[in-house]
Amino acid sequence: MNKKKTFALPYVVWMVIFTVVPLLLILFYAFVHRTDTGALVFTTEYIESALSGSSMSVLLLSLEYALITTVLCFLLAYPAALFLWQLKSRIGSIVNLLFMLPMWMNFLLRTYAWRALLDTSGPINRILQLLGFPAQQLLYTEGAVIFGLVYNFLPFMLLPIYTSFTKIDKSYIQAAEDLGANKRQTLIHIIFPLTKSGIITGITMVFMPAVTTFVISRLLGGSQTMMFGDLLENQFMLLKDWNTGSALAVVMMVLMLLSMALVRKSDDGVMPGGM
Amino acid sequence: MKITRIVALLMAILFVIPIASSCGKKDQTTLYVLNWGEYLDPDLIKEFEKQNPDISINYTTTTSNEEMYTICATEGTKIDLLVPSDYLVERLIKEDLLAELDLENIPNFKYVEDVSSTRTFDPESKYSIPYLMGTVGIVYNTTLVDDPVTSWDILWDEKYAGKIMMYDSIRDSIMVALCKLGYDINTTNPEELEEACALLKEQKPLVLAYGTDNIKYDMIGGSVALAVDYSGSATEAIMENPDLAYVVPEEGSNVWVDNLVVLKSSEHKEAAERFINFLCDPEVTAKNSEYVGYTTPNSAAEEYLDPELLAIDSYHITEDILDRCTYFKDLDSDALALWNDVWMEVKTAN
Repeated sequence: MNKKKTFALPYVVWMVIFTVVPLLLILFYAFVHRTDTGALVFTTEYIESALSGSSMSVLLLSLEYALITTVLCFLLAYPAALFLWQLKSRIGSIVNLLFMLPMWMNFLLRTYAWRALLDTSGPINRILQLLGFPAQQLLYTEGAVIFGLVYNFLPFMLLPIYTSFTKIDKSYIQAAEDLGANKRQTLIHIIFPLTKSGIITGITMVFMPAVTTFVISRLLGGSQTMMFGDLLENQFMLLKDWNTGSALAVVMMVLMLLSMALVRKSDDGVMPGGM
Repeated sequence: MKITRIVALLMAILFVIPIASSCGKKDQTTLYVLNWGEYLDPDLIKEFEKQNPDISINYTTTTSNEEMYTICATEGTKIDLLVPSDYLVERLIKEDLLAELDLENIPNFKYVEDVSSTRTFDPESKYSIPYLMGTVGIVYNTTLVDDPVTSWDILWDEKYAGKIMMYDSIRDSIMVALCKLGYDINTTNPEELEEACALLKEQKPLVLAYGTDNIKYDMIGGSVALAVDYSGSATEAIMENPDLAYVVPEEGSNVWVDNLVVLKSSEHKEAAERFINFLCDPEVTAKNSEYVGYTTPNSAAEEYLDPELLAIDSYHITEDILDRCTYFKDLDSDALALWNDVWMEVKTAN
């Protein structure tokens, strides 16, 4: 037992230095105001300015993009995972590898590649023109941003769902069939609840980073709109207003925690024993 | 127990290596240089080290003035020499972070003196020496634009809707609107900024995208008609695609210059001045300018420059252009907040 603790030590130290301390610093900056005399006073003024209309509209837009991305990722990943699971395990793992393979390349490189593909004079438009369609403006549209987000985050949804599929004991399915459930009923009442933990992990791993990403909207969306990541960068780097910046981060974290709690709760509601 | 021993051994090695290596070259000065990415021909560092065997250069790069400021305003920074833009020099002077330069150690200063004296933030070159410079203007594709491009107004022409790119930066984009309105590009007047805001919002539906480095590639690609861009980036684009042209509009624009400065905390000021002198050498700066694409302020560099580069309009910053352009001034935090509000409103408008 003691040995196990020793091995966990590096991680604990790492986590304290790089997660707990920064988190405390963010809270400090968000709630403590330093007066001209150097005294520290508790204040909510930064939180109030972080909750102003324009920052909130930025945050809402980022949440909207993240939500659309998460839903699309789920709609794509769940059937794919189901399909992978039904393949013979060797073929399944090869196909799974094919899904994961793009992740071995840096995501920035892949996003740059999509810029070239979506360009008005790029391959996709060339094919469209060969087929007799006029060239479309694909790059710098909302569609391109959503596409880029889904493309980049899909593996993070697929992998946990697929893993939860592989853990299903097939005798449950056989039992359901023996008891007269048809395929649809088996899917909804047996398979779906059994893969719930994978779905939750997938949602967390897609939704959270999708809210704060800004590179994709810059590269594929032409920065037409401001994302929450841009807003944070502006507060810290340009205005050097660490207080309001931290307050924005706090607001976002609270919203995230709330939405995660909601996801878990609504899933608990679906769960109870199938029927 | 074994683990503690291994850790101890590793720590010992980590501590011994730097001591051992520094023992080897005791009289060696290491000069820490902080520059922008792709903003110095790496061959020149080797050349300098060859000419000055007692100095070795530790070269780091950054991507923004803001980052540069954060690095050199941190106490205990190792940086000796850095290349901030005009408004950052102003702030660094104000905060008393820069060392006064000894121009006698920089005989090549005479080649950059003319440009140096135009710099509103340090006209006497007490703290800073011009490095490379550029302007902000309009790059346009002559096959897509048939009107003469002389004014910022063309960026509001509905004929080019969806084929215009703006620069994704607070100061550069608002600067364009302020110039069009005939206001000072360093204004802190809320009403003038409000007008600029309305103008940028009016323009937004026509704008295909707000870009940075990607503007160059989109212009080369040939699908974008007009874009706001820096002259150096425009020069590179024009070299790749001869259909492109660059103009600094008649209403004026922003001219900027990046500068060589030495931090007050530096212990190697003399070595830093030697490096500055080296970079002001006409042949060296010509080579560097060709590599980077931005204009050298050096009056004697022209004979060393590639004629192909000299043939491109955007490379030249003539006196006429200098006359109608303005340097950016450092804005205080209140003014910056005003500018930021305008930008937020433009960016969040539908």
